[in-house]
Amino acid sequence: MIGFIAKRLLQAVPLLIGVSLIGFGLMHLAPGGPLAIYTLNPTIQVQDIERIKVIFGLDQPLHIQYVKWATGIFSGNWGYTFFGGRPVLDVILERVPATLLLMGSALSVAIVLGLSVGVLGAVKRYSVFDVLATTGALFALSFPTFWFGLMAIFVFAIELRWLPSGGMWELGEEGNLLSLLRHLVLPTMVLALVITATWSRYSRSAFLEVMHQDFMRTARAKGVPPGARLLRHAFPNAAKPLIALLGVELPFLFSGALVAETIFGWPGMGRLFVDALSMKEYPVLMGMMMFTAIFVIIGNLLADIAIALIDPRVRLS
Amino acid sequence: MSAAAAPPQSQSGRIWSRFRRHRLALAGGFVVALLLASALFAPLLAPQDPTLLDTALRFRPPFADWHFPLGTDELGRDTLSRLLWGGRVSLTVGLVAMITTVMTGALIGITAGFIGGFVDTLLMRFVDTMLCFPQVFLLLVVAAFVPPTLLSISLIIGLTSWMEVSRIVRAEILNLKEQDFVAAARALGASRTRIMFRELLPNAAAPILVAATLKVASAVLMESYISYLGYGVQPPLASWGNMLTNAQGYFDTVPWLAILPGVAITLTVMGFNFLGDGLRDALDPRLRMDP
Amino acid sequence: MVEPLLRVTGLEVHFPIRSALLRRRTGTVRAVDGVTLEVARGETLAIVGESGCGKTTTGKSILRLIEPTGGSIRFDGEEITHHSARQLSPFRRRMQIVFQDPYASLNPRMSVGGILAAPFEIHRIGDAKDRADRVAELLRTVGLPPEAARRYPHEFSGGQRQRIGIARALALRPELVIGDEPVSALDVSIQAQIINLMKRLQAELGLAYIMISHNLAVVSHVADRVAVMYLGRVVETAPREALFFEARHPYTQALLSAVPEPVPGRRRARHVPQGDVPSPSRPPSGCHFHPRCPHAMPRCAEEAPASRIIAPGHAVACHLVTP
Repeated sequence: MIGFIAKRLLQAVPLLIGVSLIGFGLMHLAPGGPLAIYTLNPTIQVQDIERIKVIFGLDQPLHIQYVKWATGIFSGNWGYTFFGGRPVLDVILERVPATLLLMGSALSVAIVLGLSVGVLGAVKRYSVFDVLATTGALFALSFPTFWFGLMAIFVFAIELRWLPSGGMWELGEEGNLLSLLRHLVLPTMVLALVITATWSRYSRSAFLEVMHQDFMRTARAKGVPPGARLLRHAFPNAAKPLIALLGVELPFLFSGALVAETIFGWPGMGRLFVDALSMKEYPVLMGMMMFTAIFVIIGNLLADIAIALIDPRVRLS
Repeated sequence: MSAAAAPPQSQSGRIWSRFRRHRLALAGGFVVALLLASALFAPLLAPQDPTLLDTALRFRPPFADWHFPLGTDELGRDTLSRLLWGGRVSLTVGLVAMITTVMTGALIGITAGFIGGFVDTLLMRFVDTMLCFPQVFLLLVVAAFVPPTLLSISLIIGLTSWMEVSRIVRAEILNLKEQDFVAAARALGASRTRIMFRELLPNAAAPILVAATLKVASAVLMESYISYLGYGVQPPLASWGNMLTNAQGYFDTVPWLAILPGVAITLTVMGFNFLGDGLRDALDPRLRMDP
Repeated sequence: MVEPLLRVTGLEVHFPIRSALLRRRTGTVRAVDGVTLEVARGETLAIVGESGCGKTTTGKSILRLIEPTGGSIRFDGEEITHHSARQLSPFRRRMQIVFQDPYASLNPRMSVGGILAAPFEIHRIGDAKDRADRVAELLRTVGLPPEAARRYPHEFSGGQRQRIGIARALALRPELVIGDEPVSALDVSIQAQIINLMKRLQAELGLAYIMISHNLAVVSHVADRVAVMYLGRVVETAPREALFFEARHPYTQALLSAVPEPVPGRRRARHVPQGDVPSPSRPPSGCHFHPRCPHAMPRCAEEAPASRIIAPGHAVACHLVTP
């Protein structure tokens, strides 16, 4: 097992290097370069720009900049924001809890709902429920989530006035759990929509595949009751592709969170990203790209290790 | 394997009968055909000039006036005309982005799969790396820095979503390249390029077609989102995405301005998704979601 | 002595076995391990052996479809073992192959006309009109109607497809055609048709054949000479008559004894080799056949027997055989 983990860790190294190269390259290939906000501003003098370049180390050759930046990334020094000069990592980290809360709540809803719909569809394959569920999932996958969010605000916040239209807390209610939950409902719903659809599709096919295997027939022949068959025999085997899905879905989850956060003004990383974008805050953008990518790599690593824990065959192959 | 006689039904016949069974796919195909036609003939179908402003005619409700069948927006522009012209823009971006995606993905996939070895490892690590970034993040970063034109938007969307296609094509090529018809071509002295593009690529056409259809859907979705955020199609050119941005400000009073473009996006994405799903079932039973 | 059309000397094809993680080489499969063969113009050499003995790999590496790791291939006096693709191009026209599986060897997305025009396109022969005529001519040669050009491989039966495969191999008027079990995937009733077609074409066009087969009955119909392979090595080479009536290698004798006798009541003594064919990644020491050989001696496990000529055209690699 330790060997397996070591091997997977080793495979993550080229990914990290690749991710940092792409992140760094994107920022420097962009027109105007990392200082576009200054160079494109006519009120700033040329000599000022040169001074700023020296301060940020942007006068050095590219590969040296990259090495300095990359060693910084892996030692916790992610640079400073152009506006305000705060450490980038701090700026990002303070947004992480809000995003994780949103992603966590949406993922829980999606897994519970998607898994039950998928399993029920697999058990009662081609039933009315199954057909409706699979069609519904395809519908859900086709919704533009941001528009779905706008409609949700229109219906639940503006027309019915049941729920707040955005933000995380009412003014003066910071820390109030009930208020937080009320604000969480709509963004969760929007983010969960697509993930639920994906989960129901994948769990349906994962269970269908498992249920037609020999050991399931054996379990039935032995007289194992249907509930136990599903829980004790089918589930552990169907779990593998679903855990893998957790890892693979992470980037989509971040994308979705960004959409939900911008619609609902949720003060998480997605919101930070869009704000940084409009201010051309290169260090923050670069940091965000790196943060999400590293998060995704670690997520996939954990998913692989979890799969290996469940299935010894994976470790050995 | 025995020397069986020719199959009783032709291949295209079987594909068609599998496809026909899929009613939603047919509906999707119908919607797609309708959308393509309306985009193509938008100049003829649109009752008004989509950029014509008339502040005296702001916020006309739908179905109230023969001249403005779907009402007018905050600047008095005809909504139906804007939807039709916006559809032209969205579909153009969707199709060009899809072509970019498919060409890039197919090229990388076939190169990795056919050449193999170090080239394969390198390209596939590149794909893995690209997949670590959430697509919306990549898309927005690039879109924010590149002056938005229809072409640049399409290229950006296409160049951030080819990775799946390259994996599909590579897997297909790995399966095919060991077959004897490839050995036969080599024995005849065919060049690598000929083998890759004349012998192998046509055999990967089915999964590529399916992926292409689904990619139009996701490209339309992406375009509308970045346009909605203001990094995509720029006013006064109408796109479904930037129509939503404007409509957002009048949400509580004139909701239809936000509902109509959203419905248009949803219909388009759904049409291509259902069509792609049906094509997958019909062309390549191995790729079905439903085993 | 006249230079033969093809002379293969000490041909080796070794595949590395690599570990999963670091891709370190952990072993070697010696698929072809020092094969020496000659084919004269217009003659048919059969290579026989069980599956996995390396006969197909031998055939494909002669055409450089699989890269040899050692030895030499001379075609018409020219060493082609290390030729580049460009240098090989003229030889591609002179050596062709017919594959075993008529389903996998024709591109399913190409019309028969496209498949048969490919050789001319690749070698830039003629224009479109000229190529269409040549395709029709090729189809006629193998007994198919010219309309077949417009149809796709899946519309044909196995035997018809194999005719298409033969037509493709003949397109460039080669001097040597390698038949890699060309009939083993076909129904028995069709096999004879294809064999007869190939024999007729040989007579008309003066072709040399290398017929790779596991089926001695087929070999007895077509071969002038036969080479028997076991685990990557040629154990016996002989003219057809000599091989069928005076086989000297115990493995050849065992193979022959497994062929059903057409005359009822007459039976050969059966020599059934003991055990299974060993893996070519870990071949036995000395003579590869010794663990299964009924006549094995201590020497057989230690020393690989050299090939000895015991009669004109008849060579055997066995310690039992002394010239």
